[in-house]
Amino acid sequence: MAAVADTVSIAAPPVAPAAAPRAHPLRRLLRRRFAAVGLLIIVIFVVLALFAPFVAPYDPLATSWSAIRKAPSAAHWFGTDEIGRDVLSRVIYGARASLLAGLVSVLISLSIGVPLGLLAGYAGGATDMLISRATDAVLACPFLILAIALAAFLGPSLTNAMIAIGISATPVFVRLTRGQTLAVKAEEFILAARAIGNPPWRIALRHVLPNIVPALIVQATLAIAAAVIAEASLSFLGLGQQPPAPSWGSMLNTAKNYIDNAPWMAVWPGLSIFALVLSFNLVGDGLRDALDPRQI
Amino acid sequence: MLTFIVRRVAIIVPTLIFVSILIFGLQNLLPGDPAIILAGEDRHPDVVAYLHEKLHLDEPFPVRYYYWMRGVLHGDLGESMRMQKPVLELIVEKLPVTLELAAFAILIALCIGIPAGVVSAVKRDTPWDYGANVVALWGLSTPNFWLGIMLILLFSVTLGWLPASGFVSPFEDWRANLAALVMPAFVLGNAIAAVLMRHTRSAMLQVMSSDYVRTARAKGLPESRVVLKHALRNALIPVITLGALELGTLLSGAVLTEQVFSIPGFGKLIVDAVFNRDYAVVQGVVLFTATAYIVLNLVADILYVVVNPRIRFA
Repeated sequence: MAAVADTVSIAAPPVAPAAAPRAHPLRRLLRRRFAAVGLLIIVIFVVLALFAPFVAPYDPLATSWSAIRKAPSAAHWFGTDEIGRDVLSRVIYGARASLLAGLVSVLISLSIGVPLGLLAGYAGGATDMLISRATDAVLACPFLILAIALAAFLGPSLTNAMIAIGISATPVFVRLTRGQTLAVKAEEFILAARAIGNPPWRIALRHVLPNIVPALIVQATLAIAAAVIAEASLSFLGLGQQPPAPSWGSMLNTAKNYIDNAPWMAVWPGLSIFALVLSFNLVGDGLRDALDPRQI
Repeated sequence: MLTFIVRRVAIIVPTLIFVSILIFGLQNLLPGDPAIILAGEDRHPDVVAYLHEKLHLDEPFPVRYYYWMRGVLHGDLGESMRMQKPVLELIVEKLPVTLELAAFAILIALCIGIPAGVVSAVKRDTPWDYGANVVALWGLSTPNFWLGIMLILLFSVTLGWLPASGFVSPFEDWRANLAALVMPAFVLGNAIAAVLMRHTRSAMLQVMSSDYVRTARAKGLPESRVVLKHALRNALIPVITLGALELGTLLSGAVLTEQVFSIPGFGKLIVDAVFNRDYAVVQGVVLFTATAYIVLNLVADILYVVVNPRIRFA
């Protein structure tokens, strides 16, 4: 028997390090190399943002007239800006605005979009029609243009930019939740829950919602990437974080005026936006695969 | 076919009504009396009183909406406080610039996105596929205003090949017009190319495993003919509809691109209006953009049916 077992094990094709069935979703995510790299970069940015006062070499608002537009050096690794502020310190502090905008605006979208989507999908009829048409209307306004309009009417600030981005991104979550609710609603366990007399709100919250969470997590991760770009775009246009508070978008807005004699002012904030957005996209793609039941 | 078109047009009517309510409602977000804010920095009492009367600000919301909508349906999107011109006139003035930029951007997106999607699908799981996916991910993750600044640094500041900003009408000097639009169009087309690449790749993968592709191969046709004539033509059908959804990205991207390259188009109009607190222009541009987006998506839906015989003859 042992010989047979040996033969079998020798003849067996090399097994790829695939995830074990029912492995924890996080473990399945980390087995995807690109997603793991993305997650690592996000963790680095989060740590930098949280511990900015300890990590940043200078005060991000401190100006120095003797160090105006200095190229990267040992004293200022990323160089200095037009009023002598350290670019590295501003990039580190700028991570706060970007991460905060990404998280808060997606939380706003989730807290409006998920209840509306659940209501539309579960109640159906005129409620569904009304919510769906309103969703179509918001979706019809291009994301950034609606965010610009909202930020313009609300007034320029980081808080209003987050509200504007959150509202503009809400329809995607309404549509997703509605579609997933309709699919889950047709399952037999929902019929069973109704048969034993559960009220609709309880079925929606206790039985439908937990089943649509994976899809929402994937969408939320990708939405954070879009929100980070949107915040940077609004700040670039002057409608987000207001100077002198550091934000990658507003740093780029200033940098474009000095591109011919201080290009480092534009390189680092842009690279930071790119790295953070790319990381969220990689993690989002990885999560989509890791949480897909067909992959288990 | 006609029933489909009528039904499809009927669906967009309530959407357009909701859009108009949403955009009109933006005015209510202004803190305090809108007339005082709309009157600008002077806040002359006569102007405030005139605005109160003109915008029916003493009336309830539905009545104000009715008056506004009646004007919109007659082509009156209001008047720019700053430029003392009807909003529609300003939009019509700026639109050709943005349309030219958008047309070039779409051309660039098609030239990059579709070949990259085809190569990625045909050479699946090879370095070509990985390379194309990396390019797509790069396109999706790069903020286009930063890409614009970096291109200015390379091609204008360092090499001196292209102008850093500005716009020249093609009727004045078509060479200067092309030179001014190459970089902005690439910046704008870049993100859309990434999305098109992903759509084309997945559509091609699906088509390449279909029976008629196997039949074409069994007949002994060369692979290039199988891919380009049999597979790609069918794969492009869903790409049309999905590509139409990217028009929103195009319009949003145009705002930033025009700002980076100082192009006097539609996007610059809305940004300038925001800073000049010219709210009628902001509302007008958003309404125009949303309506254009809805109508273009309708056209794409109809085109999808027209080019797809399986639906047309169903």
